[in-house]
Amino acid sequence: MTYDILITGLIIIAQILAVVVPVLISVAFLVYAERKVLALIQLRRGPNIVGPFGILQSFADALKLITKENIIPSGSNKIVFILAPIITMVLSLAGWAVIPFAPGWVVSDINVGIMYLFAVSSLGVYGIIMAGWASNSQYPFLGALRSAAQMVSYEVSIGFVIITVLLCVGSLNLSKIVLAQQTVWFAIPLLPMFIIFFISALAETNRLPFDLPEDESTLVAGFFTEYSSASFVLFFLGEYASMILMSSMTVILFLGGWLPPFDVYPLNVVPGVIWFTVKVIFILFLFIWVRGTFPRYRYDQLMRLGWKVFLPFSLFWVVATSGFLVYFDMLPN
Amino acid sequence: MFKLIKSFTLFELIQGLLLTFKYIFKSKVTINYPHEKGPLSPRFRGEHALRRYPSGEERCIACKLCEAVCPAQAITIEAEPREDGSRRTTRYDIDMTKCIYCGLCQESCPVDAIVEGPNFEFATETREELIYNKDKLLENGDRWEQEIAQNIHLDRKYR
Repeated sequence: MTYDILITGLIIIAQILAVVVPVLISVAFLVYAERKVLALIQLRRGPNIVGPFGILQSFADALKLITKENIIPSGSNKIVFILAPIITMVLSLAGWAVIPFAPGWVVSDINVGIMYLFAVSSLGVYGIIMAGWASNSQYPFLGALRSAAQMVSYEVSIGFVIITVLLCVGSLNLSKIVLAQQTVWFAIPLLPMFIIFFISALAETNRLPFDLPEDESTLVAGFFTEYSSASFVLFFLGEYASMILMSSMTVILFLGGWLPPFDVYPLNVVPGVIWFTVKVIFILFLFIWVRGTFPRYRYDQLMRLGWKVFLPFSLFWVVATSGFLVYFDMLPN
Repeated sequence: MFKLIKSFTLFELIQGLLLTFKYIFKSKVTINYPHEKGPLSPRFRGEHALRRYPSGEERCIACKLCEAVCPAQAITIEAEPREDGSRRTTRYDIDMTKCIYCGLCQESCPVDAIVEGPNFEFATETREELIYNKDKLLENGDRWEQEIAQNIHLDRKYR
């Protein structure tokens, strides 16, 4: 009896490790890829010393940061200060529990997968607010306030985008959302929603051009100004892991998850994981590409875009999609 | 109306993205610095050196023109006659932390003794190491003589 529980526990731990370890390794390579792509766009060379073409740069950086002294400001609320990066990191990894990488390749195939993912990515803001508050310093505080307002604004439009997709699927299960795209990826019929989701994902993960919470030109480093060493590494890992999480969410909702683009012979023998990875890499490249292209939004412009453009537009599309589905009697189930 | 369509199709944003995408494939403007270096002019004013004649005799005759002309007053010279009666320096110090690399010392030198060579990689770990004495300057001269002589040769038309 106890033996069975032990075995089940070990299998669960192995499953978690099988997801978390590749995610952390891909975070390291994502940081490298970002630096390299930005360098290419800016006609620089980028990291090229550590390892062949510098691919081990992130590991060297992580090692450097971890061996440094962890400074906790004397005016800070120490427990919350230490807890904040841990929460950010844990939440950005927790979302991976419901991501289907291939048919059946999912840690927990729950029926409210998309709600869980949405909730976890929304909770990410707590780590940032706690960091800003606990630092007891003006720049982190301002960064945290901005982050809170920004994430709340863009979650509204993300919510509507998800509703539009769900109207076409009829299920909250992520695997079923992917399977519903067998005929056509949702990125094609719902292209405007795909673009809104992508832009809101940029805002949700605090990426440029919406990186106001960490806005280095006005707020030093925003909410993690006071962080150093290992706690800084946790923030950094958390940010990039949630970036990959949002990309895989985009891929599952709009780009047909593990499905090949066309269900024809040479394409459908490629394993689903490969298709999934390729699509996630494409979205991540878009993230970096956008960062290399656009200047940062001003705060009022950010709010205007969120509330006065995306909200009415996505609301209109929810109504239009549901009207279309009802009129042509195409509602699922 | 046209403007509305333009903003809703993200026309300008896509234009910007395509521009940056083109830049990815352009050739780099930076170089792998410690491994490859950019070109230097023969007139480049780097680290100082005291030169010698081919016979091994030091060129400096302690006229102290460089000391007088130096706007940062970085040069200190003391001189007295040697046993053979020639006038030579007993002390020739340059405070590299004061020097502004204006090149007036090499302009003023009547015998091309003090020159600023092509070397710009002489960073040190302590401040004291940057206060050069005569031995250090002569050693620099010996080490960089070939490059310095070539630079003077290349620049002779304009002097």
